[in-house]
Order: sequence, then structure tokens, then C-alpha cells
Amino acid sequence: MNQKILLTMKDISKSFPGVLALQHVQFTLRKGEIHALMGENGAGKSTLIKVLTGVYQLESGEIRMDGAARPIVNHSPQEAQANGISTVYQEVNLCPNLTVAENLFLGREPRRFGMIDWKTMNRKSEALLKSLEIPVAPAAMLEECSLAIQQMIAIARAVDMRCKVLILDEPTSSLDDDEVEKLFALMRKLKAEGVGILFVTHFLEQVYAVCDRITVLRNGGFVGEYETKDLPRVMLVAKMLGKDLDDLAEIKSAHSEHRFEEEKVPVISARQLGHRGTIKPFDLDIRKGEVVGLTGLLGSGRSEMVRVLYGADRPDCGKLMVRGRKAKISKPLDAMKLGMGYLPENRQRDGIIAELSVRENIIIALQAKRGMCRLMSRREMDEAADRYIDLLQIKTAGRETPVKSLSGGNQQKVIIGRWLLTHPDYLILDEPTRGIDIGTKTAIQKLVLSLADQGMAVTFISAEVEEMLRTCSRMLVLRDGRKVGELSGDELNQETVMQTIAGGGEDDG
Amino acid sequence: MAETKPSVWKKITSNRLFLPVVCLLVVLLINVIRTPAFFQISIRNGVLYGYIVDVVNRASELVILAVGMTLVTAASGGQDISVGAVMAVAAAVCCQILSGGKVTTNAFQNPLLLAIVAALAASALCGAFNGFLVARLKIQPMVATLILFTAGRGIAQLVTQGQITYVRVGTYQVIGGYIASCPIPTPIFIAIGTALLVYLVLNKTALGLSIESVGINGSASRLVGLNSTMIQFLTYVLCGLLAGVAGIVASSRIYSADANNIGLNLEMDAILAVALGGNFLGGGKFSLMGSVIGAFTIQALTTTLYAMNVSGDQLPVYKAIAVVIIVTLQSPVFQEFLKARKVRRRRTAEGGSCG
Amino acid sequence: MKQRRKEKRTFNGNTFLLIITIGLFLAMYIAGMVVFSDKGFGKPQMFLNLLISNAGLIVIGCGLTIVMVTGGIDISVGSVIALVCMVMADLMENKGVSPYAAVLAALLIGLAFGVVQGFLISYLNIQPFIVTLAGMFFGRGLTAVVSKEMISIKNGLFQSWAKCRIYMPFGSYSNKGKFHPAYIYPTVVIALAVLILIIVMMKYSKFGRQLYAIGGNQQSALMMGLNVKRTKFLAYVLDGFLAGLGSFLFCLNSLAGFVEQAKGFEMDAISASVIGGTLLTGGVGTPIGTFFGALIKGTISSLITTQGTLSSWWVRIALSVLLCFFIVLQSVFAAMKRKKHS
Repeated sequence: MNQKILLTMKDISKSFPGVLALQHVQFTLRKGEIHALMGENGAGKSTLIKVLTGVYQLESGEIRMDGAARPIVNHSPQEAQANGISTVYQEVNLCPNLTVAENLFLGREPRRFGMIDWKTMNRKSEALLKSLEIPVAPAAMLEECSLAIQQMIAIARAVDMRCKVLILDEPTSSLDDDEVEKLFALMRKLKAEGVGILFVTHFLEQVYAVCDRITVLRNGGFVGEYETKDLPRVMLVAKMLGKDLDDLAEIKSAHSEHRFEEEKVPVISARQLGHRGTIKPFDLDIRKGEVVGLTGLLGSGRSEMVRVLYGADRPDCGKLMVRGRKAKISKPLDAMKLGMGYLPENRQRDGIIAELSVRENIIIALQAKRGMCRLMSRREMDEAADRYIDLLQIKTAGRETPVKSLSGGNQQKVIIGRWLLTHPDYLILDEPTRGIDIGTKTAIQKLVLSLADQGMAVTFISAEVEEMLRTCSRMLVLRDGRKVGELSGDELNQETVMQTIAGGGEDDG
Repeated sequence: MAETKPSVWKKITSNRLFLPVVCLLVVLLINVIRTPAFFQISIRNGVLYGYIVDVVNRASELVILAVGMTLVTAASGGQDISVGAVMAVAAAVCCQILSGGKVTTNAFQNPLLLAIVAALAASALCGAFNGFLVARLKIQPMVATLILFTAGRGIAQLVTQGQITYVRVGTYQVIGGYIASCPIPTPIFIAIGTALLVYLVLNKTALGLSIESVGINGSASRLVGLNSTMIQFLTYVLCGLLAGVAGIVASSRIYSADANNIGLNLEMDAILAVALGGNFLGGGKFSLMGSVIGAFTIQALTTTLYAMNVSGDQLPVYKAIAVVIIVTLQSPVFQEFLKARKVRRRRTAEGGSCG
Repeated sequence: MKQRRKEKRTFNGNTFLLIITIGLFLAMYIAGMVVFSDKGFGKPQMFLNLLISNAGLIVIGCGLTIVMVTGGIDISVGSVIALVCMVMADLMENKGVSPYAAVLAALLIGLAFGVVQGFLISYLNIQPFIVTLAGMFFGRGLTAVVSKEMISIKNGLFQSWAKCRIYMPFGSYSNKGKFHPAYIYPTVVIALAVLILIIVMMKYSKFGRQLYAIGGNQQSALMMGLNVKRTKFLAYVLDGFLAGLGSFLFCLNSLAGFVEQAKGFEMDAISASVIGGTLLTGGVGTPIGTFFGALIKGTISSLITTQGTLSSWWVRIALSVLLCFFIVLQSVFAAMKRKKHS
């Protein structure tokens, strides 16, 4: 059963200023297979895809497609598409203001006498949608379709453009289980038709559910290519993390000794707090010195939950007690004044203020908390900045360097420094380790533990369950905007967490 | 040698104010070459007299407007194109109150202070209207301010009932003229005073930092506790208020409120001043000093053009071209192009030695 | 469920805006007919006059709709009118050029504006507002360079174009019972032809749909393989051309060129488009909506002129208020949509 090879990428390297994003990576895709590309955030998955689709130019190495005599070079996604490589991204790249049919046929509309033939277009769309079993009317506006349908429409478009290689970049992140299953059905159908699918996801179960092969990257390097059936889950995790499992266990046991300093009154206590459309009413207690993890798939409400706590989204029901007293939080500043800090999920969009200096980025929260009229003195600012650059070992040319010129990990440290400066009692860290290097990741995890030891209450969110197991003393599991479980003690192991995330009967709300 | 030279040179050239100052110097140089007497200052009739005095004096309104425009640009990444019309409104309100509703007056019908306060209130209200549309309703700044840009002069006409209101009172002309026997024109004091005041407010409170922060990243600013909406709104109110000040100065110069001509085409000059001052029109970090220098540059340029027999109607042609050149130079695409060229040149210089 | 989705679609915000616009126009016009029935507001000619006096606006409004659908804007159109009228007047009166050549010049000026502005906006990625603001000042200034004095057009051929009446099979009876057929000028024919062409183009041509795609999500349009830059560029070129053509129609009405001509016209054109349901954020808008927007603007000005005692700047103020109202309405709809989605 030697399958025909569709695509080979050999010896691919790519660097950005200061970072070697890819070093001698290889990847092979065969006809009619679903091939998972795995790796932690920052392993180089997205860079590899961008090189393949022509968003980035490769520095060395070559890409060969089946049938082409010479290596192909893609300069743009369009060129890649012409070469039979289509991509469907997590944020669907379609036009919300057009109909489904138009989105399928945009740029290649059927025409009669030079005019777009809407009838034919709708008919063809109908047939295409039907053949792929996508339940949507061609004349519907795209913005009225669910995200899963939009994703399938994007795939349908790619398929109809005779793509040989289909790249699905984290398509399942914001889909519910039912929708994922439908997507998988579509993927299997395409596979049977001989399309090669490169599937990027961070959900292990999904990999084992649909993929034939797995290529693992770590830190921009190639770890290996495996047949799914030969690679047990634990081994896959180990390959991705590059650590022995025993090692992880050790860290875990070391830290679990610290916890407990029970206090009667929780720092944060939410009762039936909720926000229509994003997070259903939930209860939550967080005590001093506790690291509480929130987990669940993307879109499960984990980020939304902390946004409501912090007042980034104004809660529309329930009540919140801070240190036992009823608190009214309608905007972030209220939360800050009650001693909260919040590191947002999206560093570029909600975290750093790119053109401002490291100093300004560090002091801005404290300054805002103090109010418009009480400007910190320059000396105070400099001292604060220097202190946290030193404490967090932020690698920067100086405190006046624009924060945008720092690496991702150091930017993240700047934001952490920003919040530590306000001396919060309760710190929310939403994916603080996303897209940063391993060293910084470990440093941040250690920092979280030491902050908790000093009595800070922390809420920690991460896409990587292992990381949370290492740091959290308690974990809340969310699904579909609802809190579905609370794990502590012996329940804190990968299996239980995964099971609770996936659900399976017991305490479904 | 190559080590030391860039460090000093680079320090100067990389300063934000380097280009604005160079522009100003170039324009001044052209003026000096054309009119050797450009920098001569003499005293005639007890007041300073000379080209340069005239430039600085005439630039006053523009300096005031440029300060306000800098703030809205920084905070909202867009420009307020209604400032000229707001000037007309302020002038109309001021003169109408002073004349007590008559077309022309030889004595104040109402206290001067009342008129000024009312005019400033009216202009701040215009600013608040713009601010509401931009900050609260999130409408693109230029579309939002386009409304007053066209309606503003109509409102001013409404206030003056379609007439040009004259206030022929000596005290009123002081604002645009001279205080007692002081040889320096009053507008210069007002302009410098306003710019200084705004500068102090920005730098002695957290407002300056907040404006930059909001302009660069509104959503992040909200999450660190800044009230982005309020800050943007505030900059528009301030911009309106400053336009009001400029309007009063302009109307005092001609001791009348000419709704059709006060502040005409000044919005363009103000935007140009901000851009010439090295400020990015997409918002974010700003330099008030740069905008002030930009304003003087433009006034000097205007003087030069007048000297070259270009009429007032035709000036916008040159200014429009200047704006296009500046925004082209500022545009990311062009910057990218320059950078790529630099890198290529460095690569060829270094050969294959880099790792 | 599918059924429900369909029902919702017929009543989505965008259609709703268009319905409001048409309703508003009818309400205003009927109100005018009732209040000013003695001044002939009810006669068919009154309605045709709306078309006659706003032929230029309809054409230029179509151009604006095109660029606004891509998410851009053009505020130079008022100045283009002034410049075109001035150049045409100058060519015919002072240079003795034939009206045909003058029309060609008008179209070329419009095209030139479109090409330069389009290049700066789409290829250099400069904000459309800044570029066209510069264009606005440039055009107005250049008009003054051509001539600071007003030039009236007395060219016989040109005048005959302007005064050529096309009679309609309907009309009204005067007090003495004499039949006065209603009439239009050729400008109306051109404007309506352009309107229909643009409607067809927006709905049935690849280019038209690409404009919507870009306005809906530029990044997506790029990823789907559209040549975003070229399409945007062409949108501005077409907009420029229509501005030139509209200016010519405007000139047929005014028969003169002067520096202050059509000042604030960009506001009329943008208002017509926005009132007609074009979203300032791009992606949504139809030429037919713009047509009604232009008629609303025309109705406001004829109401105010017919009323007699109100001065002409009330037109602009009323239009600003209306524009403001629609902008707020759009922003409310957008907020509602966001809420529904999150």
C-alpha cells in the first residue's frame, strides 16, 4: 500500500530577526491521507504552512509537488492555489456580506454574455453543497451561517477549485463536538477522493480520530514523522514537549507541597455571574495563594469567564464578592481598583501597546489606576521599569526601547511586569505562555507558583493541559460556555481533565 | 571610523524633530534667498515690523489649530476637518453677542468676556458633537467631522443671519492686534500661551501618555484601565475649543465675523502642519513641538507663495501636493520599499559573511 | 430552522435601511404635495425637475457608491465639478474650443483624478480620506489658477444641448385648460442610463461583485485570489470618470464656471449614498439606494426653495442632520449585529 506522494518539503529553513523559526524541517504528504502537523505553540507549524502557501519566502530547502518536474516556489497564496494548494484558516477567509454561492464562486463566477449567471451559480453551488453534505442554502448570506458551516463552505470552495493539497489550520478550535464530527466526515470524504489533507490542531483526540500520519515539530526543528497507529498518545505528548513524562511528574509533586494557607474568605467569589451569549451563569471561589486553572476548548468560555470577572465584558447577571464584600465592576478600571490584574489572551491585540516604550508599557496600568491627574514622577517610572526588567529578566536594549521590537516572550513578561507593579491580590493570566519560547514558558510557570506562595490568587488559562497540571492546585473545566466540572487533588491528571473537557455524562449541566 | 560617525549623526537624524526642523530651515532659506531682508526686524509706529514677524504673527491661528489637530490625530488616527468651520462658528457667536444682534456696532453691547466664553462654549460643543460621533459611535473621524465641515458654515450664517457682523471697537481688535504699547502682536502670545498650556497639561498629567496609548491600541488601553472613549472624546472637545480660540483671533484681526471666509482652507493647513511635524497621521505617538514647527513652516511657505504672486485661491494646489508627498513618504508601503533597498544594499556590501 | 433563517434574511438591517430611505422619500414628497399644492408641487413636471436638477448628483453619487462599497471614500468630487466646469467654460469661451473637445476634456480631468487618487490609495495604501482631501483642495485651487473670475458659457451648440427639451407623453393642464407636456433634458437621460449601467455592473459583473467582496473583508478577498489592489484602483478610476461625466451634466445645468461652484457637493453625494443605504464601513450599498438618496436631497432643496423664506444654507443643514441620523442608525444596526453574533 505504497501511497503516491503528493507533496514533499525538504530541508526547509526560515528565520526572522533574532529567531530561527524553522531549521531543516521536512514534510511529506501522500495522496488520500490526513496528516497531522503537531507541535506546541511556537514549534513552527504556522511558519511551515506560511512558507508552503507562499505567505513567507523560504530561505533554503525545496518544495516539490507531484507531477511538477521542478521544485515549486509560491510567492503568494494565490500562486499556491494555482499549484493546487489551498488553505482554510481558523478565522474563515470568506466575505460575510456575500451569499454562500458567491463565496464559493468568487473570482470564477459562471457567466453568460459576460454577465454573472446567478442562476447557474446557485445551481452549481446547490450541487456542490449537496455532494459534500453541507446543509445550507446557496442564497443565504454568509454572515448568517454558523462558523462550522462557514468553515465547510471554505473547504467546499477549495475542493471545487481542484486542490490536491488541503491545509486545515486549526479549523476545529471554535467548533463544538457535533460540528467537529461533521467536519471530520467531510475530511474523510475528501480523503477517499484522493485529496491530501494537512491538518493542524492542538486537540489530541482529533488527531487520533482522523489522522493517518503525524509529523511533530519542536522549537522550529523536525522531530519525526510517525504513523498514528504506532505512536501512543503519551509518546506524542513527550515528542511535542521534548521531555520525559517522569520529569513532568516531578515538577508537579514538588509544587503541590506549597499549597494550602486556607483562608475563610475567598479573594474572589462569584455567584451566578454571567454574560448573555458568551458565558452562562457560574459560581467560582478563589482563595489567597491559590492557582486555579480554567480549561476547556477554545470558545468553551474560559476566556469569556475571566473577561466577565475583570469587567472587560460587563456581566448582566449574578453578583461578585471581592474579599467578602459585594463589588460592582462595570469596567476594567473598577476591577483594577479592587486589586485585579488581567493578562489578555491576545497579546498583540489586547496586550502590548506596540509603539510605546517598555517603560511606558510597564507603568501604564499603575498610572491609569492612580488617575489622570496624578502623573508618576519620571524617577518613579524609571525605577519601576528597571525593577521589573531586572526581576523578570526581560531582554531589552533599554527601558526606552519600543516594546514592539521585543520578542514575544519578552513582550509577555513586560505585560506581567505591568500587572505585578499594581500589586494585585488577584491576577488573571489568559494564555500567558502562548507563542513564546520554552525557556520563558518555564520561567512564567515558576513565577506563577512563587506569586501564589506569596499569597496572590491566580487564575491561569492555557491551551496546554500539562502546563496547567504543573501549576494549578485546582482546575475548572468549561464546555459550551458552561462550567462542567471542578477538579482537584488526585483528579488532577491528564486523563481526567481530558475526559471532563470532552464530557461524557457524569455532571453535565 | 564607520563606528563613531553614525552614533552622533544618527542621534541627530533619528530625532523626531529632525525632519520638521530641516523642512523649516529649507523654507526659510528659500525665503532668505528670494528676499534678503527676510530676517530684518525694525520698529515702525512702535511695533515690530518685518517679514519674519509677519510669518510668526500670521501663523498664530494655525499653531493653535495644529495643536488640537495633533491631539485628535494621535488619539483617533483620523483628522478633524471641521476646524475651519468651527472657527467661523466661534467668530460668529462672539461677534453676534458683542454687537447685540446688529450688523455693525461701535461699542460692546455685551461684555467681551461673556462673548468669548460663549464662543468657546459653542466651539467646544461642536467638538463634543464630533467627539460623540467618533468616540462613542465609532464613526471614521473624517466622515464624522465632514458633517460639521459642511454644516458648520451654514450654522455660522444662521448665527449672523447671513450678514457679516462688524465689531468696530478698539478693545476687540487687541486680540488680533497689539496690547497697549507692546510691540509684539497679541496673537503670538495667544498661540505660544495656548501651545504651552496644552503641553503642560499633557505632560504634568497622564493625559499625554493616555492619548498615545489609546491611539496606538484602544482595546489594550481599555484593559489597563484607561477610558478610551472618554479620552478620544476629550481630544475632540479640546480640538473644538482650540478652533474656537483660533476663530476669535481670526475674527479680531478683521474685527468682524465673516462666516464664509474665516478659517477657510485652514483645516488642510492644520493637517499638513501635523504631518510636517513628523506625526504619523494614523495616530499614536505624537510631538506637539513638531506640529508647531510644522505650522510655522507652512506659514512661511504661504508667505513665499504669496511673494511668488500666487493668489490665496490658488494656494491649496501647492499645499495639496505637499500633503500627498508627505503621506506618501510616511506610507508603510513606501517605508517598506526604502527598507528593502537598504537591506539589499547592506547585503551586497557585506557579501555572504552574515550568519 | 432553514425556514426561519430565510425569514430573518428578508428583514435584515440593510434592506431595512433601503426601505426607510424609500419611505422617507415618499413621505417627504407627499408632504410637499400636500403643503405646497398651490405652488405646483403636485405636477409631474415637479418630479421631473428633481431629476433635472440632480442629474449630476445621481451620476456622481453612483461613483461614490462604488468606492464606498469597497470601504473607501472620495471627497474631491465637489472640486472636480468646479474644475471641470471652469475648464469647459474657459476652453469654449476663451480658447474657442468646440464643445465636443470640452466634453472630452471634462472626462479626462475626471479620469486623471481617478487614476492619481486610485494609485495613491490602492497601491501606496494611503487613507482614502487624506488623498481625496488633498484632491479636493488641489481641484479647487487649480480652478482658481484657470480663472478667478466667473465665466459664463455662451457657446451656441452647448446651450442648445442644455436647453434641448425632451417632451413626455404626459403633463399637466394650466388654469386655462391648456395642456403642458412634461419634459426632461438630455442630462436626465444620460444620468438614468448611467444609473442602470452601474446597477447592472454592481450586480452582474465580476468587477462589481469584487467590489463588494473587498468591502466585506479585504483580507478574505485577497486570500480568495482577487487582485484587491487593481480592483480598488479601478474603482477609483471609474469613480473619477463618473465625477467627470457628472460634472459635465452639472455644467449643462449651471452653464458657468466659477471657483466657489459646487462647494460642499461632496457632502451631497456622500449623503445621497449613505442615506441610500451604503455602509461607511463598506461591503453594503446599491446604486438604486443612492438614486433615492439623491432624490431625497433634491426634495429637501425644492421644499426649502418652494417655501421661499428660508435661506439656502438650510438645505445643507437639513441634509447634515439627515446624514447624521442615518450614520447613527447604521452604527446602531452594526452594534446590534455584533451583539447577535457574539
